[in-house]
Amino acid sequence: MMNHIDISSVLRQTLACDLYSNLVTRSTGAAVRGQIEQLLSESSERALTVIDFTQVSMIDFSCADEVVAKLLMRYAADDPPQDAFFLFRGVTEHHTDAIEAVLERHGLALALEEGGEVHLMGAVSDDERSAWSATYKLGRVDAAQLAAELDTDVDSAQERLDSLCRFRLVMRVDGQYLAVGSPRG
Amino acid sequence: MTTVITVPPSLDDHSFEQVLDQLAAVPPDAKILVDARHVRWSSPYGLTALLTLAQTRTERPALAVPELDETASYWARASFFHHAESVYDLHGHYPKQRDAGESNALLEITPIVKTDDIHKLVGRVQERAKQIIQAELKLETKAIIGFTMTLSEICQNILEHAGAGGWVAVQSYKWTKRLGRRVVVIAVSDAGLGFRKSLETAPGHLPSARWDDAAALEEAVIRGVSRFRDRSRGQGLAGARKYVGRWAGKLSVRSGTARISIVPGWDDDIPLAEGLAPFPGAQVQVIIPEAVTSGGPSQR
Repeated sequence: MMNHIDISSVLRQTLACDLYSNLVTRSTGAAVRGQIEQLLSESSERALTVIDFTQVSMIDFSCADEVVAKLLMRYAADDPPQDAFFLFRGVTEHHTDAIEAVLERHGLALALEEGGEVHLMGAVSDDERSAWSATYKLGRVDAAQLAAELDTDVDSAQERLDSLCRFRLVMRVDGQYLAVGSPRG
Repeated sequence: MTTVITVPPSLDDHSFEQVLDQLAAVPPDAKILVDARHVRWSSPYGLTALLTLAQTRTERPALAVPELDETASYWARASFFHHAESVYDLHGHYPKQRDAGESNALLEITPIVKTDDIHKLVGRVQERAKQIIQAELKLETKAIIGFTMTLSEICQNILEHAGAGGWVAVQSYKWTKRLGRRVVVIAVSDAGLGFRKSLETAPGHLPSARWDDAAALEEAVIRGVSRFRDRSRGQGLAGARKYVGRWAGKLSVRSGTARISIVPGWDDDIPLAEGLAPFPGAQVQVIIPEAVTSGGPSQR
């Protein structure tokens, strides 16, 4: 199942005001995240949610920490409220400095859709990044297929897939792995 | 008896120390007259700090307004008198804001007491900041976004750490005397807890052997330490520091008896000033200069 959350709509509902399109202040960020979590709780057990920043003018560090970092941390924890995956959309240079800073600070990463393609942003290693790219390109893969694609051994490929699972950048489907945002999903 | 505190003719973050030096020996409940009659120029820092000064007094102070029409008019346009009326007994003639003409301030002096104030001011500043930072300072688009983020973060410091409201002002002007280039300046001032007391409220806080205002500023500004256990906190000033570093700007934070500065190559300020006259709360200033190349002010 796929959900779509327009962050600017959530912001307007949170502030009860149509005038603001800037995601600023920690308290606003916490309230927006609360709304997102509420929306997620209404969806099915496993869901991919598009977090859409298209209509957001800018975001500051504190708000990015609440809306992005704490959201990812909660659902990447050992006891997440749901099996949720996120695909970020509409993130531009008006948002990247703040989002990159909080991802680095917490050692997090996210999948970002941009120009019809999906790529990663955040604290992933080069090995994890190449594993993700290969998974995204191939569609559903297992460790052996990924190992062949990356010209590495199966254990190493499995290790990278497990790591990407912890980041919630790939999902396990029937014993195989699928990159978040993969067109072949 | 009323103690007269003389405001220097040129009022900025450095010369404001002369005001505090005079005030150091005066008890908070003593009657004071802040004599600004001979002020000719003031930075946003000077004006916001003057408002803060009044808030530190238990006995309502008096302020003699600048005699020079041009100065009084600028102070009116910057909304200084509008706010000063609520914290000072004003002496002398000064124009009402509506009669003082159009303000060229990016943001007139604005009180920060709640989150909504930050939403409003970020919205107000955004378009004008874009024009000034691109057209006048000749910086990239990223500098505009970072500027608004920095403004938001340092204003949030007031709400999160001061325990009381504060003031913010943003101004762009040509800094002829010191730099010979245009600058855009953010000044934020509050009379709240200050950094040392704020960090002392952190759970499990153990003061080091050398624990004072300077040490607290080093913790907060350089190491990104916050009074909250949540390691998400403390990113605001870290972000501001990164921003000024990227655009050759200057960040200075004064709190209590110390001031810490991230000093760019064009300035000769000291990184850490200790043993200053005490002043409650925190005063933050961010200066972003016009881009420059070896041939003079130009693209960075």
